[in-house]
Amino acid sequence: MPNSVAAATPRPLSLWRRVTDWGATGFAILAAILVLVPLLAIFVYLVVKGFGSINWAFLTQTPKPPGEVGGGMANGIVGTGLILAVASVIGVPLGIGSGIYLAEYGRNRFGDVIRFTADVLNGVPSIVIGITVYSLIVVQQKHFSAFSGGVALGIMMIPTVARATEEMLLMVPNVIREAAYGLGIPRWRTTLSITLRTASAGVITGCMLAFARVAGETAPLLFTAFGNQFWNLKLNQPTAALSLQVFTYAISPYDDWHKQAWAGALILILLIVGAVAAVRIVTARGRLKGA
Amino acid sequence: MGVGIEVRSLKAWYGKNESLHGIDMTVPANHVTAVIGPSGCGKSTFVRCLNRMHETIPEAYAEGSVKVGEMDVYGDGSDPVEVRRRIGMVFQKPNPFPTMSIFDNVAAGLKLNGFRNRKQLNELVERSLTLAALWDEVKDHLHKKSGASLSGGQQQRLCIARALAVEPEVLLMDEPASALDPISTSKIEELIFQLKQHYTVVIVTHNMQQAARVAELTGFFLMGNLIEYDKTEKIFTTPADKRTEDYVTGRFG
Amino acid sequence: MRSRFQQGLDELKEKLLRMGGLAEQAIDRATEAYRTRDSKFCQMVLTGENAINDAERDIDELALDLLAMQQPMAVDLRFILAVLKINADLERVGDQAVNIAQRVLDLISEPEIPLPVDIPRMADGVSTMVQRALESFLDGKAEVAEAVLQMDGIVDRMKDEAFVVLVQKMHDDPSCTRQALDVLLIARALERIADHATNIAEDVIFWVRGADVRHGGAHYRE
Repeated sequence: MPNSVAAATPRPLSLWRRVTDWGATGFAILAAILVLVPLLAIFVYLVVKGFGSINWAFLTQTPKPPGEVGGGMANGIVGTGLILAVASVIGVPLGIGSGIYLAEYGRNRFGDVIRFTADVLNGVPSIVIGITVYSLIVVQQKHFSAFSGGVALGIMMIPTVARATEEMLLMVPNVIREAAYGLGIPRWRTTLSITLRTASAGVITGCMLAFARVAGETAPLLFTAFGNQFWNLKLNQPTAALSLQVFTYAISPYDDWHKQAWAGALILILLIVGAVAAVRIVTARGRLKGA
Repeated sequence: MGVGIEVRSLKAWYGKNESLHGIDMTVPANHVTAVIGPSGCGKSTFVRCLNRMHETIPEAYAEGSVKVGEMDVYGDGSDPVEVRRRIGMVFQKPNPFPTMSIFDNVAAGLKLNGFRNRKQLNELVERSLTLAALWDEVKDHLHKKSGASLSGGQQQRLCIARALAVEPEVLLMDEPASALDPISTSKIEELIFQLKQHYTVVIVTHNMQQAARVAELTGFFLMGNLIEYDKTEKIFTTPADKRTEDYVTGRFG
Repeated sequence: MRSRFQQGLDELKEKLLRMGGLAEQAIDRATEAYRTRDSKFCQMVLTGENAINDAERDIDELALDLLAMQQPMAVDLRFILAVLKINADLERVGDQAVNIAQRVLDLISEPEIPLPVDIPRMADGVSTMVQRALESFLDGKAEVAEAVLQMDGIVDRMKDEAFVVLVQKMHDDPSCTRQALDVLLIARALERIADHATNIAEDVIFWVRGADVRHGGAHYRE
């Protein structure tokens, strides 16, 4: 009788190995849940508290004088959009540009200095940035403005975008660059049209991360955009912002305003999620089969 | 039509390390010339000096004279970018641009140098893919499939088409088939044989049988020197130098 | 060095030298048969032919395998080609020894007649040529091979002299025509063996130097 069959059957795993395997898997699942729970809790809480207060009036009207019931945050929604647009125009190009420099030309001492500076800037409290922009722009111009708010948020976007761009560019294999050089494409063209394009998915993610982060910032806007009860579409005037209005309403003594604060917070989250999702959909459509 | 290459006293350094010690070599037009030798002998460095790719590595530089046809590659006022436009290169590992379609890959060298005429682009892309023996396999997916979705052998032929699209006079190939299976390798070798009608081809290979199959001339490099350079048949049947003989018979390397 | 390949090359050399030994033995036995007029030596040559033919097949097969499997280059490639050619020449040497043995058998069946041709001396010269040619192969020495090439002229002259003498004898004394013809054919067979020895020497020179010295010239690859 051949005993090769018995020899071919693998030994069952020892009890110890099975237990540690389950333990590790269980730990991983638990960690994932622990991460998701606060996120879901916040979202659910917001929906519960704020959804009831979202109505057409809320989305289209400006705030009523304190004490009166009704009104909305329409100007805040538009204002936030305006300020974030300015911030993106400042933060994204500067951030991507720095990232390109760091990845392609800055593998040296000077580049290390820039990197360090970016990391420090990332850690500067947002209120400090707000105060700095206040003294540099608001005081000079002698008025608050959406522009200065955008500048403050833009500055905050730069380090995140720069570091993400740098990382993604470094992940592009060098053979791709060499292929471009071999075709007689100049270095700058290679960086923009080939390397950056290859890394584009990651760079866009970095921009989205930065955008999502600054979209909810309140402190820097306190001294720059300042807020506005009325409509404002001019860049050089104080402008309302959702985060500012949520702050103001939340610490007010009025019940109605508390409810509106919840609604405002919910709208803010939805707008951010919507913006990120929209960008994802648009970029996915542009991607080729197999890319 | 291809042009010949004259190399005189070519030296190359990586930082302080001299890796090529004065190479003299004449590569005839419309021939396939193979460069063989053990690892680290300088054959890849040599070929990358021909189109000034060597200096893209930090702290690497080269000295000497390389004339490709009328063009003085290292002359005063010579622009490396212009040099690389006239000398094409295919690398060891196929490296199509991953986010671009097949069409865009082949057209990349043209489009990114300002070439815009749609009709001519279409013609050039078709011609290059046909020369690279890839047209029939991809003609229905030109704009839909990305360069990276093809098989290894197809990717390499795509890279060859891409290099040919800018109409170089010389084609440099750095171990083009070493990452491919035997059938793809054989297709590439057949392709090289066809290409020499229009181009001058220099191919680096560590596979001696491949050099024997495709090249008319073969140069044997060892430790940064060109030891022997002659007709391929001579190198592989009656080499003049003992070191060459030791290498081709497999006694070292 | 690729040891499997080297083993193959060594085996090829050994087999060829052994075959050469068989061929030399056949020549010596045929010569001895002529000298002693003893048919047992003739029989030994005739039966020994099989071993030579088997060896030829064996060597061809081994050489083919090495070519296909090992992709030999340069000197190794020339060596295998030389072996294949020497193989064929040695087999023909065996055939010529058989021819001599058959002629001797015929001579034995006829009355012995003294003939003015020194076959044993010619056979010695030829045997030496074969021996030296195989020596040059064993040692890889082109100079020894060149010496063999020199000796071919001598054997040719000996055969031409034998031809003249025997034709004259046949003319003078028709009754011994048969014997004379046998001896003439033996002389011719010996001359052919000498030619094969020359071929072997040329093949050795090709292997060692890469020069084609056949047909009287020295042709090096351009």
